[in-house]
Amino acid sequence: MNPTSHVLGGPFGARKPVSRIKRLGGFTVKLLAVAIVVWSATGLDIHWPFILDAPRQVLDLGLRMLPPDISFVDDIVPPMLETINIATLGTVLAGALSVPVALMAAQNTTINQATLWAARVIVVSSRSVNELIWAIIFAEIFGPGPFAGVVAIAVSSVGFTSKLIAEGIEEIDSGQVEAVTATGAGQGKVLAYGIVPQIMPTVAGVLTFRWDINIRQSSVIGLVGAGGIGITLNSAMNLFNWDQVSVILLAILLAVLASDWVSNILRRQFI
Amino acid sequence: MSHRAAETEPLRISWRPPPKIRNPLLRWSLLVGCGLYIIYAIGDVHLNPERFIAGIPRVAEMLGVMLPPDFSRWDLLFSGLSESIQMAVISTAIGIVLGIPVAVGAAKNLVPAPIYYLFRGYIGLVRTLPEVLIAIFFVKAIGFGAFAGMLTLTVASTAFVGKLLAEEIEAIDPGQVEAIRATGAGWSKVLIYGIQPQVLPRSIGLSIYRWDINFRESVILGIVGAGGIGATLYNAFGRYEYDFGLAILLAMIAIVLIAEWGSGKIRRSIK
Repeated sequence: MNPTSHVLGGPFGARKPVSRIKRLGGFTVKLLAVAIVVWSATGLDIHWPFILDAPRQVLDLGLRMLPPDISFVDDIVPPMLETINIATLGTVLAGALSVPVALMAAQNTTINQATLWAARVIVVSSRSVNELIWAIIFAEIFGPGPFAGVVAIAVSSVGFTSKLIAEGIEEIDSGQVEAVTATGAGQGKVLAYGIVPQIMPTVAGVLTFRWDINIRQSSVIGLVGAGGIGITLNSAMNLFNWDQVSVILLAILLAVLASDWVSNILRRQFI
Repeated sequence: MSHRAAETEPLRISWRPPPKIRNPLLRWSLLVGCGLYIIYAIGDVHLNPERFIAGIPRVAEMLGVMLPPDFSRWDLLFSGLSESIQMAVISTAIGIVLGIPVAVGAAKNLVPAPIYYLFRGYIGLVRTLPEVLIAIFFVKAIGFGAFAGMLTLTVASTAFVGKLLAEEIEAIDPGQVEAIRATGAGWSKVLIYGIQPQVLPRSIGLSIYRWDINFRESVILGIVGAGGIGATLYNAFGRYEYDFGLAILLAMIAIVLIAEWGSGKIRRSIK
């Protein structure tokens, strides 16, 4: 038997003694959580007639979607390629942008407090704003099309990639940096020979991981006009061509699964 | 020793790090292949400097209209944001509850292979499809509004929670499970006394993390009519009310930041 269980209050008292204040605090947190959930439930305007009608609607949708319009496959090859190209170029652009941002965001390579905060602002705003919203903004700036999509994917990836690369930079071996510095190398050479070789595997790993996410994202940014298969999907839905919609969805599913597979293989090479 | 080596060996001015891929043919063909692909992709998405330069004055124009952000319609902003928050909370709560059985079904060490593959298939399918696409179906099935968005986020949450908790379950200490089984306990008792205590503390952190994701996602579901602040934001940009759009974006970022700060505090207090 565990001898400490006696000390902690009886043979069955596996619980650690908790002070009354802590228990009260825990109870308050639980009560607050329940209150928030109840408040949230009131916010859903549920129309019961619509919900009762749902099975019929789902059946109707299923009948319209099946069988998929196989002849449509030829038409979605170009937009599907465009989707993959948007994701790849967006990721490459994000990689180029995120190396300087990551160097600014890492505690051990940032220049001063101002650059550290600037990098944090970039990371937070890139991450908090959804890629579809970035796509809306860049479609306004550059006009609808895949170009806006590439920029939107790049900007929405920068926060994620910079943050992870910065964490990699913070974990580098400072001995190698010191060794390069000791040879009398300038800041640029320290960066090129002391820091960059150490973070390259991280950068490559993070970018392939993000590329996989971006394939998923770039397949929907067309809903707001930023290129790729999303545009085809949007027009198929607007025309109620549900048998074409099912082909597009299958294509997206396949592309995402394939990119997941490729990205896993690639990442195993880097790590 | 090293001194003598330095004296005898001829001084090399430049040093190059050894290449990652030793076979020069493979290295160069990979490089050329990547280069050609990038050139093709750039052509495919019509990425050209003129379009980029043409966008710059539009950014200035947009910023001119955006600044200062217009918070005057705070009631619209407030109701949209609170709907997004409510959608995120309720879908997280239901998603966690429904995610636990999904996790049990998707844990290799608990269930027979057919059930395992069934649940893994569900998780894979839901995680592959972008949320917006799932939302389109719920909007079609039960009509426009927050309820469709809530269902979307709930489904996405069950797959997320299911996957992460299943990984936790697969990594538990088998000794504790064996000990419970040795007392003659059935499957359900093993679940309650052997597995639940090891896994459940993680679900609190998970729920906070998922709430954060759900809130970010709820912001865009409005684009396809599934409630939340998204529709307001999309319309604001569509009507060139960039100052109101910026106000919405800033409010969103503020909520994400507050939530991140709060969740960090809660998670630290749990540990």
